Amino acid sequence: MDLIFIQMLNGLASASSLFLVASGLSIIFGVTRVVNFAHGSFYMLGAYIAWTLVTRFGPASPLGFWGGVILAALLVGVIGVLVEVLLLRRIYHAPELFQLLATFGVVLMVQDIALAVWGPQDLLGPRAPGFRSFLTIFGNRFPTYELFLICLGPIVLGALWLLFNRTRWGTLVRAATLDREMVGALGVNQRMLFTSVFFLGACLAGLGGALQLPREAVNLHMDLSIIAEAFVVVVVGGLGSVTGAYLAAVIIGVMHAFGILIFPKITLVLVFLIMAVVLVVRPHGLMGRKPSGPQHGPAVKEPLLSPATREVKMLGAAALAVLLVAPALLGAYGVSLLTELVILTLFAASLHFIMGPGGLASFGHAAYFGLGAYGAALAAKWLAAPMLAGMVVAPIFAGIAGVIFGWFCVRLSGVYLAMLTLAFAQIAWSVAFQWVELTGGDNGILGVWPAQWASGKVVYYYLALILCTAAVLALRAVIFAPFGYALRAGRDSPVRAEAIGLNVTRINWAAFIVAAVAAGIAGGLYAYFKGSVFPTYMAIPKSVDALLMVLLGGVQTVTGPIVGAFAFVWMQDWLVRAVAEYWRLVLGAAIVVIVLAFPQGLVGSLVAWRERRGDADAAEPVAEGAR
Amino acid sequence: MLKVEGLHAYYGRAHILADVAFEVSSGEVVVLLGRNGAGKSTTMKSIMGLVAPASGRIAFRGTEIAGKQPFEIARLGLGYVPEDRRVFTELTVEENLEVGKRPANPDAPEWTTEKLFALFPNLARMRDRPGSQMSGGEQQMLTIARTLMGNPSLVLLDEPSEGLAPVIVEQMAKTILDLKQQGLTVLLSEQNLHFARTVADRALIIEKGRIRFAGTMAELMANEGVRAQYLSL
Repeated sequence: MDLIFIQMLNGLASASSLFLVASGLSIIFGVTRVVNFAHGSFYMLGAYIAWTLVTRFGPASPLGFWGGVILAALLVGVIGVLVEVLLLRRIYHAPELFQLLATFGVVLMVQDIALAVWGPQDLLGPRAPGFRSFLTIFGNRFPTYELFLICLGPIVLGALWLLFNRTRWGTLVRAATLDREMVGALGVNQRMLFTSVFFLGACLAGLGGALQLPREAVNLHMDLSIIAEAFVVVVVGGLGSVTGAYLAAVIIGVMHAFGILIFPKITLVLVFLIMAVVLVVRPHGLMGRKPSGPQHGPAVKEPLLSPATREVKMLGAAALAVLLVAPALLGAYGVSLLTELVILTLFAASLHFIMGPGGLASFGHAAYFGLGAYGAALAAKWLAAPMLAGMVVAPIFAGIAGVIFGWFCVRLSGVYLAMLTLAFAQIAWSVAFQWVELTGGDNGILGVWPAQWASGKVVYYYLALILCTAAVLALRAVIFAPFGYALRAGRDSPVRAEAIGLNVTRINWAAFIVAAVAAGIAGGLYAYFKGSVFPTYMAIPKSVDALLMVLLGGVQTVTGPIVGAFAFVWMQDWLVRAVAEYWRLVLGAAIVVIVLAFPQGLVGSLVAWRERRGDADAAEPVAEGAR
Repeated sequence: MLKVEGLHAYYGRAHILADVAFEVSSGEVVVLLGRNGAGKSTTMKSIMGLVAPASGRIAFRGTEIAGKQPFEIARLGLGYVPEDRRVFTELTVEENLEVGKRPANPDAPEWTTEKLFALFPNLARMRDRPGSQMSGGEQQMLTIARTLMGNPSLVLLDEPSEGLAPVIVEQMAKTILDLKQQGLTVLLSEQNLHFARTVADRALIIEKGRIRFAGTMAELMANEGVRAQYLSL
């Protein structure tokens, strides 16, 4: 009994930090409709900046510690304002995935900046003056600092409630959440309002991070680990609801604390189960409402997909021919790069399949790629399966995940869907990371070698080329089969599609599974290509790679992801070689620049450009970039 | 007070407004008449900066406002009551009014919550009711009251009678005449000629994005040809 009570308190204490971050995320989303991926970075910066300030000001004096913490939160607020003014303000009208991607660019940049400023080693923070003692509760010693955190959550919740319900600023913010344009027409400067909301949100994240100082070492992984949990909290609590965020943070914090007692290996799976249950009962979260008012329209102006023309078919055949003869012309490194490229093309095409024709924006597609890789590797390690058997296991493994995860995901749309897919991917990642006995944890599984006959680099390249080409062509065939038409009908007008007898949810589910299977094939090939698998195969950056490839090429073309994959692999290879140490900084900056320069995506911008140029012949439908 | 010249606006490639020009003088109620899709709302939105006009000049009390942000235009003393009302559904009546509140304007009647509750007694009885739980007529009153909270000197009223019961429309007409008495200038868009007649001094007829007629209300009523051509269904 007493142990349960203590765990309950532990859970409540961690809930407070989680709530600070999630409420900031939720408030920012409510007003600006931007899912701020960089929110985890604000949290991490809060911790780092607080560490610097507190050690500088004197960690022992109360003023030094608390002054440092509060100043850190305010500084992070200022950084948030910079991000809003320099970046987000320019892309409020861009499709939501581009916004998500741009803020991820900020995440990458902040990671390298933090690495450069504070170095790679974990930093231990001081204990909080005035809260160094312990209370004895049921014979257990419980730190008073944790009790302070437990109290802080409801205090911040109350303060936020007063701010939103009892001040003019709060009323304006709530009004802007409902109808931004009307608020502007009533004489309110929305820009200032948005910037101030961003300041508040970033401050909350910074405070959450700074308050972690006495609890855990400050490290470079704080950003992504908190953001995934914050997404879960926001989805469970309901987007835009601060009270919902608190409830969800408490539920998840407490469950986490108990999970550590009962199933220490798979605590995040528990979190996932809670989320699953909540979303089945209340698809918009505990306190969330179905989004009302103007939503994002169709992201990019969508030209019709049409089967390849003669020219494109010939171009494709020519490209394939080049790929077939390429090994003869390239060295070992070139063949390796080409193999990776071919595999990633399938990965990108599988994501495109649900994103483009399906309209389901997945932010966690790496889960299926990684599960495919782990499927093959686990079969090789535990069952001593030969390569071909492993390659069959890979898509099955990924497909099963697609069946389970997809069932939940297709019930949501827009940013909810993006966050949920991300959360699932994070869960898959954490299983691979935490279940050390089975998966080897961070060390991965080594020795996943191809069969004797396929062990040559060139032979393996041809094997990958054949499998990936076949899979990509199969995906194309499905897009232009009746199933593909039904899928697009469901994307363009779910209500009308239902009215003519299509079961849109089931069709989307099937598409999700198909995409997962295709990603699994790519993952299996990748495992044998690398000879090993690691949790990073399903980590957030891998999902972002896939998104970058699809968005670079253009969501609304079938050939787009192929072009995008080539462009991406080339760019990354070049980056890693050119600016080895700080490639994240450069890649992040590149993402930000791409989004700023082409807020409609490369192909969207091309379509817009053609439209402007072709204004004279209004009757001519806009031709598509690549079919 | 308001002077529009050579206004052109497009939605994509559709030419919505073509060379629209008119003036509204201080203290007048001017009605913009026209069928659905004639360009009435687009004219209003262009003036308010909610639709970017492709070309043209819009001067409000001598200040050029074309190209300004909606909030800047509102702060100059231009009030906008949208056609679809757009009350903040999750905010109470009082909170809706709070959003519209702006400092007093020396050249316009000054409004307070209490004065508006006197003008719209219905609203006074539902101060704490959220916008989503109000009837169409009540919402229409609330949007007008919300705009008045900004102490505008000119109000753009986009089809205030649309979808309202006849008895409410009558009340609306009385309210507009009341506001005119207090020195407010109004540009109104309407399809309902009968309603327009009771409140407006002058009329403009717009069709396919062009102004086809401009004159006093009396002139319009005398000109059966124009009415038949542009207003009858």
